[in-house]
Amino acid sequence: MYEAIAFYLFSALTIGLFLITVMSKNVLYAMTSLAAGMVLISGFFFILGADFLGVVQLIVYVGAVMALYSFAMMFFDATRDIKEKNTPAALVFLLGGLSALVLVLIFAGPIHSDAIQALYPMHEGVGNAQDVGIVLFTKYLVPFEVAAVMLLVAMIAGIILAGKKMDQSLTKDTSVDDADEILKQKDAK
Amino acid sequence: MIGLTDYLIVSAILFSIGLMGVLRRRNLLMLFFATEVMLNAVNVAFAAISHYYNDLTGQMFAFFIIAIAASEVAVGLGILIVLYKKHGSLDLDDLASMRG
Amino acid sequence: MEGLVYIALFAPFASSLFAALFGMTERKIFVGIVASTLLATAFIASAMLAFYVHGTGNAVHVTMMDWISAGDLHIPFGFIVDQVSVTMMVVVTLVSTIVHIYSIGYMDHDKSFNRFFSYLSAFVFSMMILVMSDNFAGLFIGWEGVGVCSWLLIGFWYHKPDVSREENPSISPSWAANEAFIMNRIADLGMLIGLFILYWNIGSLQYDKVFAAVPFLDGTVLNAAALALFIGAMGKSAQFPLHTWLTDAMEGPTPVSALIHAATMVTAGVFLVIRANPLFSLTPEVSYFIAALGTFVAFFAASMALVNRDLKRIIAFSTLSQLGYMFAAAGLGAYWIALFHLAAHAFFKALLFLGAGNVMHAMHDELDIFKMGGLKKVMKWTYLYMGIASLALAGIPFFAGFFSKDAIIETAWNEGTIVLWAILVITAGMTAFYSFRQVFLTFEGDERYKKYGIHPHEMYGYVLVAMSPLAILAMVAGFGMKGFEHFVTKLLPDYHMSEHTHHIAWFLGLVVLAFAVGGIVLAYKKYYHGLKRDEQLENSWYYKLLANQYYIPVLYEEFIAKPYAMISNAMWTKVDMKIVDATVDGIAKFLYKTGDTSRKMQTGNLSNYLNWMAVGAVLLLVVAAISAAAIG
Repeated sequence: MYEAIAFYLFSALTIGLFLITVMSKNVLYAMTSLAAGMVLISGFFFILGADFLGVVQLIVYVGAVMALYSFAMMFFDATRDIKEKNTPAALVFLLGGLSALVLVLIFAGPIHSDAIQALYPMHEGVGNAQDVGIVLFTKYLVPFEVAAVMLLVAMIAGIILAGKKMDQSLTKDTSVDDADEILKQKDAK
Repeated sequence: MIGLTDYLIVSAILFSIGLMGVLRRRNLLMLFFATEVMLNAVNVAFAAISHYYNDLTGQMFAFFIIAIAASEVAVGLGILIVLYKKHGSLDLDDLASMRG
Repeated sequence: MEGLVYIALFAPFASSLFAALFGMTERKIFVGIVASTLLATAFIASAMLAFYVHGTGNAVHVTMMDWISAGDLHIPFGFIVDQVSVTMMVVVTLVSTIVHIYSIGYMDHDKSFNRFFSYLSAFVFSMMILVMSDNFAGLFIGWEGVGVCSWLLIGFWYHKPDVSREENPSISPSWAANEAFIMNRIADLGMLIGLFILYWNIGSLQYDKVFAAVPFLDGTVLNAAALALFIGAMGKSAQFPLHTWLTDAMEGPTPVSALIHAATMVTAGVFLVIRANPLFSLTPEVSYFIAALGTFVAFFAASMALVNRDLKRIIAFSTLSQLGYMFAAAGLGAYWIALFHLAAHAFFKALLFLGAGNVMHAMHDELDIFKMGGLKKVMKWTYLYMGIASLALAGIPFFAGFFSKDAIIETAWNEGTIVLWAILVITAGMTAFYSFRQVFLTFEGDERYKKYGIHPHEMYGYVLVAMSPLAILAMVAGFGMKGFEHFVTKLLPDYHMSEHTHHIAWFLGLVVLAFAVGGIVLAYKKYYHGLKRDEQLENSWYYKLLANQYYIPVLYEEFIAKPYAMISNAMWTKVDMKIVDATVDGIAKFLYKTGDTSRKMQTGNLSNYLNWMAVGAVLLLVVAAISAAAIG
């Protein structure tokens, strides 16, 4: 009963929040609603008994990724409304609606194969974190390490890409001036 | 009772919302948000399947998706900053320089 | 003995390759000498093999290697040297050697001297494969090989431009070469069909297996195979109606005419009939057809030779006529007589051609005998040689041609085919007439060449010496007839005149002789004292008919070549351009247009790309859903 209430509540909220994210003209609103939606997504995980995943969702998405977005937004002019020439709404709703319709139809259809066997079954009476840990560090050890290396690489790449010319203002474009100066110097030579 | 189908339908709706965002927005930052929505939608589906089939593989996939999303954000935001430095804008209409 | 076989076979090949090394450079005299030496080696090897085969009576059979081995088809590169092939080998290598030496002198001023020797030796190699092979497939390879070499050599002066048919009946060397090649293709199709029929029914192409199996075959199959093989022989031996190429082939250098278009290649058809005698002797209808066609061609070609003015063409017509004699003999079952006439003919006809080459060399490539005359003063030796050759050709007693031709005519009597006999006798008279018309017009009478400012000169001494073996053989070869009969009838079926024929043989011989002498006397009266042109005769319809070769080349041109060209043209403009090309172009245009249209998708705007991607993804989703629903 509680589960059903929670499910419908979370569903409605996430759909609403993500719609705001997608539709809003203001970056700040969009990001805030995205962060809220992600918190509610972790709620789904908790209902589904994937406690560890829910925690990771909270820490990584809401904690790290959103923090990264908010830091990045400091570089951009976030208070201003975004002016963009959106794709014709008809096309967007046609494609989005169609995909939603087809996916829903597919998922709503009966699942024929009864022979689906759990590859790594969960164990009764064992906490989710424990279960996940055993599988992650035995069967998925190599992908896990590769993911770790990838994160490291991504981190270095992010530092290098964003870190260069940190001293220059981003809102006031100086690169043009630089180019002019370089040209002038060349002319002088 | 809430079944697997309900979760999957929610996941599909969320995914379509993300897709609409990807289609609709021209601002790169907003495109990033839209892709995050899609990734989360998929994660919900994975977690639901994992729960209803009593199998951990779905959760494993969700973990890796989160890891990839995190690194994507790290690198993507770096690139956005560089782009912004260069063009002063994140609008795709302004960045179209490869017209065939 | 096996070594000798390979020497005889591969010495010409080595010679060809050696000459080909220098093919693109200027004249090198040693190329000719080396080629001639190698050919002489081949001749000596062949002669030694001939002595061996004669002495022991055994055939030498070697298998060099497997050639084709696929499924049930098994064809080795095997060579057999028996009485028939060794005769051909000796004749071919002897004439080739002399022609090679002769060519050193004749091609003296030609810038493609080395190339010429390469082709000529390659021809000899192909011819040796043709005669030595122990199976029909090898024979066919040689058959095609000599065809290619003939094409190369007829078109040796390919740079000469095309002229009208009135100016030169064979238009140009390249035209003549193509004509010869294409006509032979038509005939070779017949030959291939014959080989297929044999293989289909017997399962082998080895001579011994085929000939052992033919008596057990159905009559229709045998007739079909024999006829198809004979069509191949008709093409190579230029029998009617595929005869026009031989006279046009005279566009090639004269040594080529002597070697290929008189002594060796054109006799390949006769050789085939002789070689396949077990098959032909089982098909009397086809054999009779061969004899009748041969007789017809003998007469038909001789009639055209009567009025022709071109020195080489007269000899070419006489070659045709003599090939007709050979086919008549072979068709009547007298295979050994056909082979004997083949050998004797090779000697005196090659001599005649080489003599003509001397005259041509002297007259600076002038071939019209009406512009010659009185050449005996400057060309004593050539006159002598050509006189001997003409006597042999006319069948004057004790020259080579007398024995062989007389035997053929006697065979026709013996078989009771009186019509054939009569035609052959008349043809003998015509042969004598045109040979001596040509000799007298060339060497006797007033010196008409002076009007054209030509200063003739005799050929080089060594060339004349090299020709002497042919002259001697043209004189004495006939005396070897008994020995030859004894030698080859070990392999070929013996042919004896009946008692009755034997009794009146002297009388028959006398009739032939009377015709021959009559022909010579007529020629003497008309042409010995110079050329007196008879306008009335030359304007008569039958003279014109003969001079224009019965208008057959024109008929071929009008009714085969031109309609074919028209059809080809129509095919080109209608079918090829409008259907085939249009289809190909259409595909290309469609792709090009598609590319041009879809290029607009490449806006450079990432958002548009994303839209397209979404369209694709949704499409795939729909397809997946539909297929899942369909399967589910």
